[in-house]
Amino acid sequence: MEYTDVVMENFTCPKHVGEIEGANGVGQVGSPACGDIMKIFLKINDDGIIEDASFKTFGCGAAVASSSMATDMIIGKSIEEAGKFKNSDVVDALGGLPAEKIHCSVLAAEAIQAAIEDYQKNKA
Amino acid sequence: MRRIYLDHAATTPVDPAVVETMLPFFTEHFGNPSSVYTEGRGVKKSIEAARLQIAKAINADPREIYFTGSGSEADNWAIKGIAMKNQAKGKHIITTTIEHHAVLHTCEYLEKQGFEVTYLPVDENGLISLDDLRNAIRTDTILVTIMFANNEIGTVEPIKEIGEIVKEKGIIFHTDAVQALGNIPVDVKDLNVDLLSISAHKIYGPKGIGALFIRKGVPIDNLIHGGAQERKKRAGTENTAEIVAFGKAAEMATEQLEENAAHMKKLRDLLIKGVMDNIPQVRLNGHPEKRLPGNANFCFDYIEGESILLSLDIIGVAGSSGSACTSGSLDPSHVLLAIGLPAGVAHGSLRLTIGKHTTVEDINYVVDNLIQIIERLRKMSPINADCPIDDAVFDKAEHHHH
Repeated sequence: MEYTDVVMENFTCPKHVGEIEGANGVGQVGSPACGDIMKIFLKINDDGIIEDASFKTFGCGAAVASSSMATDMIIGKSIEEAGKFKNSDVVDALGGLPAEKIHCSVLAAEAIQAAIEDYQKNKA
Repeated sequence: MRRIYLDHAATTPVDPAVVETMLPFFTEHFGNPSSVYTEGRGVKKSIEAARLQIAKAINADPREIYFTGSGSEADNWAIKGIAMKNQAKGKHIITTTIEHHAVLHTCEYLEKQGFEVTYLPVDENGLISLDDLRNAIRTDTILVTIMFANNEIGTVEPIKEIGEIVKEKGIIFHTDAVQALGNIPVDVKDLNVDLLSISAHKIYGPKGIGALFIRKGVPIDNLIHGGAQERKKRAGTENTAEIVAFGKAAEMATEQLEENAAHMKKLRDLLIKGVMDNIPQVRLNGHPEKRLPGNANFCFDYIEGESILLSLDIIGVAGSSGSACTSGSLDPSHVLLAIGLPAGVAHGSLRLTIGKHTTVEDINYVVDNLIQIIERLRKMSPINADCPIDDAVFDKAEHHHH
């Protein structure tokens, strides 16, 4: 199993770790039985722009790196744009993931969608 | 950067004295041991000398030692060879749930061939129950195969007592002693075993060479068919260099057994105490006393094993984990599940196995850094004592597509 330098950077010095105060969209996916849980926090302004994003992750190096990269990529985007965010975007940005770790990127994309859904539910 | 290798249960570096012993057999003494001329005869003698060294290491007769290509081959041979040869007497085999995959997958294969296998459970420390064993024995049981010491959690099974029970019933008894050799005394006469698997690379010998002890008179079929090598029991031109290396490694392991075991045990206890005293929410896996002298295996709540391994690797420490993420499968270690750990906890396991060259400084460095690593990873984790795992939240986790 080989991780790219970008994966290792994002694992050793992950960006956006922790909870955002005043987050108005929170999504959690995964299962401890599978060995990974990802929780994404979003702060979305009235114009529907993601002002800030953060994560908390239980998982392997790829899971942490995917969380770090994914949160970094959606900050500043509208929820429409973030809604189109795919796991392959994370994989590409990380310079690739080992085949057995692709599900970590799927988890990151799912957590973002779950957080956006949570925001929309709260708003409604 | 200095590297601290704490994965001796995975493999060990070849001892320089062992390397020195084996090297001339690649060049000068290259002859085929089956040849009648001088080059062949000399090599044949060296192989027999190595066989004697192995025999002495486990208190066997040299004629009961058969070289194989690995510990896995020895396990495969023992189980399939006994099953095939003795199937007219019965098709029932007894093993445990915590065996190495070389044993487990061989048993599963035999189940597909019409054999029946009983997998004995273990308690929370990884020990089997002798009563369970007695109750599992049937009139058609032909083989009991139970490992001497577990590779993951280090628990040492009561092989001598098991041997007595099995012998009394006239059943053949095999033990996988790959992790035991060089760490605890292995005496086939004392243990009442009929077959015993060992491997060189766990005792500072090279990879690619193992051996099966087959007690004289035990009826067994061959696994590798072909030439007349190994007294017609295991075909294939002898791996001469590695056989002499294995002999030397076994001799050294026997000579240094007490010294090495005492050294490893001291460091292991220092490591366990350091971790248990300084890190909250941690458990020691495996039996507290009946365990290999070099084995420490922990589960850290709320975090995942691979991220611990990567963090340790960055600071120069090599360890291993029973986490699914390190195995390429989706399930955590079958051994950790067998001792009753929930999958979520088993994912957070860390195995550190000490060797004869490990130092007190190594252990102190690891403990100091591990405290920080665990703290850092826990800060990153969405689960903790105040925010326990709620399975209901995870219903839509379909990312794995089980």
